[in-house]
Parts: sequence; C-alpha cells; structure tokens
Amino acid sequence: MSVVVSPIREPLIGGNKTYHQITEDICAPTETTPPKSWVIAFIASVITLAYGLFCIGWLIYFGTGTWNLNRTIGWGWDITNFVWWIGIGHAGTLISAILLLFRQKWRTGVNRAAEAMTIFAVICAAIFPVIHVGRIWVVFYFFPLPNTRGPLWVNFNSPLLWDIFAISTYFTVSLLFWYTGLVPDFATIRDRASGFRKKLYQFLSFGWTGSAKHWQRWESLSLVLAGISAPLVLSVHTIVSFDFATSIIPGWHTTIFPPYFVAGAIFSGFAMVQTLMLVTRHVLKLEDYITVSHMESMNKVILFTGTMVGVAYLTELFIAWYSGYVYEQFAFLNRATGIYWWSYFGMMTCNVLSPQLFWFKKFRTSIFWTFIMSIFVNIGMWFERFVIIATTLARDYIPSSWSYYTPSWVEIGIYVGTFGLFFTLYLGFSRVAPVVAIAEIKSILKSSGSQYVNSHKDNHHHNINEQHALDHLTAEHEGEHHH
Amino acid sequence: MLRKRNKTVIYGLYNDETDLLAAVSKANTKHLDIFDVYSPFPIHGLDPLLGLAESRLHIGGFIYGLLGTITAFGGMTWIFTRDWPMIFGGKPYWSVPAFIPITFELTVLFASIGMVVTFYTICGLGPGVNNTILDERTSDDKFALAFDLGSLNNDKVDSLRSFLKESGAGEIHIKDI
Repeated sequence: MSVVVSPIREPLIGGNKTYHQITEDICAPTETTPPKSWVIAFIASVITLAYGLFCIGWLIYFGTGTWNLNRTIGWGWDITNFVWWIGIGHAGTLISAILLLFRQKWRTGVNRAAEAMTIFAVICAAIFPVIHVGRIWVVFYFFPLPNTRGPLWVNFNSPLLWDIFAISTYFTVSLLFWYTGLVPDFATIRDRASGFRKKLYQFLSFGWTGSAKHWQRWESLSLVLAGISAPLVLSVHTIVSFDFATSIIPGWHTTIFPPYFVAGAIFSGFAMVQTLMLVTRHVLKLEDYITVSHMESMNKVILFTGTMVGVAYLTELFIAWYSGYVYEQFAFLNRATGIYWWSYFGMMTCNVLSPQLFWFKKFRTSIFWTFIMSIFVNIGMWFERFVIIATTLARDYIPSSWSYYTPSWVEIGIYVGTFGLFFTLYLGFSRVAPVVAIAEIKSILKSSGSQYVNSHKDNHHHNINEQHALDHLTAEHEGEHHH
Repeated sequence: MLRKRNKTVIYGLYNDETDLLAAVSKANTKHLDIFDVYSPFPIHGLDPLLGLAESRLHIGGFIYGLLGTITAFGGMTWIFTRDWPMIFGGKPYWSVPAFIPITFELTVLFASIGMVVTFYTICGLGPGVNNTILDERTSDDKFALAFDLGSLNNDKVDSLRSFLKESGAGEIHIKDI
C-alpha cells in the first residue's frame, strides 16, 4: 500500500507504536480496575446527578413557580443552559463529520470521545425544554401524535417545533454514527475478553467479523453519514437561533444569528473537548494518541471561531447603531452598560479577548494555558446565552414592566445536576468503550506514526543535504574552470 | 447463539497489510478463488483486487432520504391545506418556506436510519448476532487471507498451504466456520 507521509507534519501517534501496541494501550482502561481517582470522580458525579434529579422532582411537584422567572423574564437559566449544552455538542459532530470530509487525519485521535461528548451534551440539553413546560406529563404535545384534543395538529410553522425535529434528528443520527464506529472496536475488545465480559462485548459488537466487504460498506456508510451530518449540525444551531431570530424582540430579531450561533457552538464545543481530552489523556495514559499537536489544531479552531464570534458581536453593535432604530439601539446599549453589564463584560473578555492568546504558538501548545482557556471559553459562552436571553427580556417595551432576575436554588440545582449527568455518562463511557477509535488510529499509523514520519523526515533531510553537497561540488567544479 | 456458515477454510495470517495485498495480487495471478479477507481496519486498494464492486449503500441512502422529504413535505401540506387548514400570523395555509426546516430534518433522519438498518441487515450483523470468528487476532494486528476448502482434494489443499507459506503468511490454519 502506498502511503503518503508528509515531511513537514508532526506525527499524530507518538511512541513508535505497532498495531498490537495500539490495541493494548486503548483497550487497557476497559480491562483494568478503575483507579481511585476515577472512583472518587464517579461517586461525586452520581451525587451531583442525584441532587439534580431531586431538584427536577421538586420542580415537577411544585411547578415552575419554584423558578424565579417572572412575567417580564419568561426565559432564564433554563433556555440559557439548553442552548449552552446543545452548542457544546456541536464540536463532536464537527470533528467526526466535517473533518472526515476534509480528510483531516488528526480527527481520529479525538473523534470517539468528542462524539460521546456530543451525545451526552444533547441529553443534558434536552432535559431543559422538556421540564420547562411545567406539565411534563403532557410533554408529548410537542410531537404530531394522535391525541385527545381532536384532530388538531402541532404548529409546523413554529421555530420551536422545528427545534424539536432538529434536536431529535441530531441525537438519533449522532448516536447511529457513533455506534457504527464503535462496533469494530467493541469486536477488538470482545476478541481479547473472557467470561462475562466476552458475553457483554459479543452483544455490543453485533457479531462483527472484519470481513473485507463489511469494511467496504462500513466506510461507505461512515462517509455518507458524515456527508449528511455536516449540514445537519449546521442546521441544528441555525434552528436554535431561529427560536430567537424569528421573534420580534429587539436584540433577538437579527439576521446574523444563524452563522453567529453556529460559530459560537463550535467554539464552545471545542473548548469542552479540550477540557475533557486534557484530563482523559492524562488519566488513561493516552498521551501518545491525543498529542500536543491535536491540542494545537483544536486551539486554532478555537481562535478562528472565537474571532468569528467577536466579529458577530461588533457587527450587532454596528447594525444597531446603523439601523437608526432606537429600540434596537437601546437593546444593545443596555446589554453593554445596563443592569447585567457584568455578564456582557464576562462574555467579551472570555470569548473575544482571551482566545487571541492563541495567535502565539507558545500558548497554543501549552497544556496549562489550553486548560485555562477551555474553562474561560465555556464560561464566556454561557454568559453569551445569558446576555442574549435574560438581559434582552429584562428591559422590554414598557419601563413599568422592567424587571430583574436571579436564579432560584432549584434552577441552580438543575444546572449543576446536568454536570452530574454529563460526567456520570462520560466516566462510564471511558471504562466501557475505547475512548480512541482503534481501527481508525491503526489505519493512519503508517502515514502519521512517529517512527514512519521521523524516518521519512530523515530521508527528506538526507535528500536535501545531498542536493546541497551536489550544488557545492558543481560550484567548486565551475570555480576550477574559471581558474 | 453462535452463527455458523458451515464452511471449512484454510487461512494464512500476515503481519502487515502490505504483505496481505501482495499475497492477494499473487493469488489473482494464480487464479485462486479467495473466500474472504479479514483485517483489523479497512485496507485501501484491497477492494479492486478482490473484485468487490463499489457498495450501493449510498443509493439506498438517497432513496430513504427522498422518502423522508416526501413524507415531511407531503404530510405538512396535507395537514395544513386539507386536514385542518389554519392561519398563523396571516400567512397562507400552504406556507412553503416554513416547511423547509422540518423537511430537511426528516430527509436526514430517514436517510440515516434507513442506511444504518440496511447496513446491518445486508452484512448479517445486529444485536444478538454472534458470528464465528475466524481468528481472534484479526481484530488486533493480524491480516487473514482465507480460501474455501469445499470439496477440494488433498493435493489442492497442500498447494494452497504452500501458496500461503510462500506469500509470507506467518501462520496457516484450517478451521470450520
């Protein structure tokens, strides 16, 4: 097989791995007893999740009155958290689908865990629209199902209904894509396991044999799923932004919302991938597979999308001024200098200013700064959604109805609970499934493994040196002629 | 339950995909009838050597997608013009631009579910399926080239064995699958 090895790219797989070593390294976490740090983290996550469930139970029993929303501010932490979590999910699909179409080999190191993150983040996000309706027992009214209200249908013209379709489709497609990628890797674990684990992975691997025809169809399926997931992921946050953009509220009624929301989603998603990957690679000893070069690539995406988001913020301000429309102008002046000025300040600092550090290679390749920045970006993106939602609503058309909003303990508890859910799922995933795609990593070993890249580099330098020597000789030769 | 294909095969295990590809080419020149190849990851350049036609899964995907488009757009059209016409915000009953997002989503949903179900069905894979594995190391670092023994006589079996050996197979086994 002819393999193209780039002489200038950094190796994506360190430590001179063989195929067998890759299997050993990546399967190890699923085959050993979890370390104490994992057990502690898991227990903490489950306790947080239990508290979140308690708060949700409280909400359902006593009603949405337990939230501090009021007539003016009808959406607060609930929808802020929903948009925040759904945005985080976007990076997984971007890595697994769009980077597959662009043939970016570095995606293979992080796609599996990022897709898992997508699925868990979408689950966390979906909780909020479901519980915010108040009467959760009639939540099936969301869907166009036969019901007791006569042949009355849902409103297909409403962006809120589009959102239901977008998010349920997104979740289903992501899950199918992720699981199809997992099947051959579950087979790898199955073929090494014995006893109960063998039975478990026999079930999970769907009887995978690794036959040539199956691989061919598997690749074809992955490519088409990637092809349709790419526009899907863009559509999801576009439709989330329609929830706001199709309204008539100044500050929400903005045509820039779809691209601005999508860029923000990718931005926050990559930050969350960084947070998770930095911990995962350290704890599971996968530094050879999730390398500094992976982090640098992701930091470049963060810089790019963060700057796009910054341009969107400034465009909003400019258009508000340029529109000559006082309500629009007030909405933006209020965001920056009104009662919630601190959240606007947090948003601008974390999302626009701080990523600019990544212009410097020193920061892009620093584990410490990457971790700090990933947390900053996630805080900033939460503030962005809060600014858009709560700040805008707090100062509406009639000054007599102007209001202020702080979350109740129930709202805070539910948000904290989603972290518990997210980390419970992620920690569980990291012990049951291979967090790096084994088959895909093996398929790039010969073009990106350190031993292959380095030997190629040596040859490359060798060739260059030879060429230099040759030039030198020719020059000397010509010099002799002159004498 | 363990699923068997009632076949007896002879197979050689190679340590590298390059060796396997060379062996497959050699088998082609000798007109040997290859049963199957098993590998830990997809090997590019193998399909033409094995004479595998390109997968038609994507055509299925297109048809499923089209079905989704028709279901969504036709369904919304029927509901809002025939079954229960209703005016929202002074817009026409048949407000096409507002139908686009759901039409798109259902196109994607139908295409992906349809393709995934088709994939597992035609490959004979799925929850509860438990195929006989030729060699457990083919999901780790070994590449297997297998020939169906069928009703071959001992001479033919020996010639296959020597072919596998000459082409660089590290191990050669016979197994019922």
